[in-house]
Amino acid sequence: MTLHPITDSNSLKNISYEIRKDILRMLAEAGSGHTGGSLGLADVFTCLYFAAMNHQPENPQWDQRDRLILSIGHVAPVLYATLAHAGYFPKEELKTLRQLGSRLQGHPGRDHGLPGLELSAGSLGQGLSVAVGMALAAKLNRQTHRIYCILGDGELQEGSVWEAAMSAAHHHLDNIIAIVDRNQLQIDGKNSDVMEIEPLADKWKSFGWIVTECDGNNHSEVLDAIAFCKKQENKPQLILAHTKMGKGVKEIENDYHWHGKVPSKQQAEDFILHLTK
Amino acid sequence: MMESYINKGNKSTKVGFGEGVFLAATHLDEVVVLGADITASVGLDVFAKNFPERFFSLGIAEQNCVGVAAGLALSGKIPVFSTYGVFAALRTADHIRISVCYNNLHVIIGGAHAGISVGPDGATHQALEDIAVMRVMPNMTVISPCDATQTVLLTKRAIENLKGPVYIRFGREPVPDFTSEDQEIEIGKGQELCPGNDITLIATGHLVWEAIQAATQLREQGIHARVINLHTIKPIDAEIIIKAARETRRIVTLEEHQIHAGFGSAVAEIVVQNHPVKMKMIGINDRFGESGKPEELMHKFKLTADEIFYTVSRFLHDNL
Repeated sequence: MTLHPITDSNSLKNISYEIRKDILRMLAEAGSGHTGGSLGLADVFTCLYFAAMNHQPENPQWDQRDRLILSIGHVAPVLYATLAHAGYFPKEELKTLRQLGSRLQGHPGRDHGLPGLELSAGSLGQGLSVAVGMALAAKLNRQTHRIYCILGDGELQEGSVWEAAMSAAHHHLDNIIAIVDRNQLQIDGKNSDVMEIEPLADKWKSFGWIVTECDGNNHSEVLDAIAFCKKQENKPQLILAHTKMGKGVKEIENDYHWHGKVPSKQQAEDFILHLTK
Repeated sequence: MMESYINKGNKSTKVGFGEGVFLAATHLDEVVVLGADITASVGLDVFAKNFPERFFSLGIAEQNCVGVAAGLALSGKIPVFSTYGVFAALRTADHIRISVCYNNLHVIIGGAHAGISVGPDGATHQALEDIAVMRVMPNMTVISPCDATQTVLLTKRAIENLKGPVYIRFGREPVPDFTSEDQEIEIGKGQELCPGNDITLIATGHLVWEAIQAATQLREQGIHARVINLHTIKPIDAEIIIKAARETRRIVTLEEHQIHAGFGSAVAEIVVQNHPVKMKMIGINDRFGESGKPEELMHKFKLTADEIFYTVSRFLHDNL
């Protein structure tokens, strides 16, 4: 059975809230990992897995499923927490993140057998190419499912992303929706200080993509953006999702130091007490 | 019997690769080919003409080609991607490592223009480090056929029978085509082409023919050299290597590649751990190639039968 889409914003907000609690607890338990980006993407992931995507958690290999390619493997915690909430595996397993023998590897690894994981990834700049391959295969098979690909804004500094972007447009892959986590930050600081990537929308448009923007932490805006993309034909689509790194935890929002830092267990519980919906 | 190896006529191994892909594709609808602007140069134009709907042009963007291949494989296709070995294996190394090998996907990567025999294009286009980089990747199978006929057979079989990533290495120049179409061949199993117990020449790729010619010259001097063709570098046939070490006490390896970390090193890894004997590694010794006619370069880098005969003789007589 396909998961019934939830479109009511309050219900989606509640799911994102629960996912953020799990992200904080699993990262505190693991003692290492990427907090900022994982929290920032919780709303996008909720919209995808609970509203936009056609998928069957009890049948992860269903041939007609929409695929989600996570190119930025370091935000694995948001993917794992969302998959668990969607019913792919028990939520209990989230606390094994990054531990020896866990199916929840630091960066996604399919060889460990986690249901719902489409790609082992973690080296930046590779996911969009894989999405292009999946989209070509779907076209060749005359299948109608979509390929979603989550990219980081810092990741767009990798040249191979643009090779992939060019090829998606050349082959008219309108079955790809790429979502850029536009939080403007990377490990060394602001994108604009490390390596300017603007004008981003114009860059993608000039590569032959349809571009739309939204507040990536606002469920109805994200859903509207996806709905807009689904109506397009002949061209791949890109959503610039403006998010806040660390969203939900006021103390760490927009602080790039929290890209690869985790809270202590006590700190995680304090953060959860004040977590905003 | 050495006399049984007759050159049926020179033929490029890249043509063999193209034929192998085409033959597999005629009965396997899953086979798709990715073009990186040099489709004819790597022997894949036959496929592109016959199966245009399964041929995807991706331009001069090798890293993207590798990722696209991974996405196709994850969707049940059997993608074949080929370009010059320097780009296919080296420029793309991290993409092959993560998108293909870590995901353990059945992607066929063809490394064309292998070795110094590429000739006048010079160092930038002579793949001399690809074996080293490809064989170190977990899950990867590395194949290096000795002639066009064998390239057809191994390419077809790799597409049809293997499950994980495959790197197939082949050259540009027409070279002697001497193995038979109904030869016994299995991926992962070496072939003993000439018997002998005085020394063993273990070769891969185009140098197998040169090794056979060198063995003929050695036999005229009363030296019976065993010749082994290791068309599969990984997984390597440990058994045939250990047997040679035990029975012939000396091993010479031959490759159109850097001897460091390359084919000879792969053989040495088996020898030193199982039955250490003295070895001599013939190949490129830590330098770049250069322009010249293929035969001039083969001579300069001491990779012809005559040079091999001389090197092996010195190794046997003077321990050099």
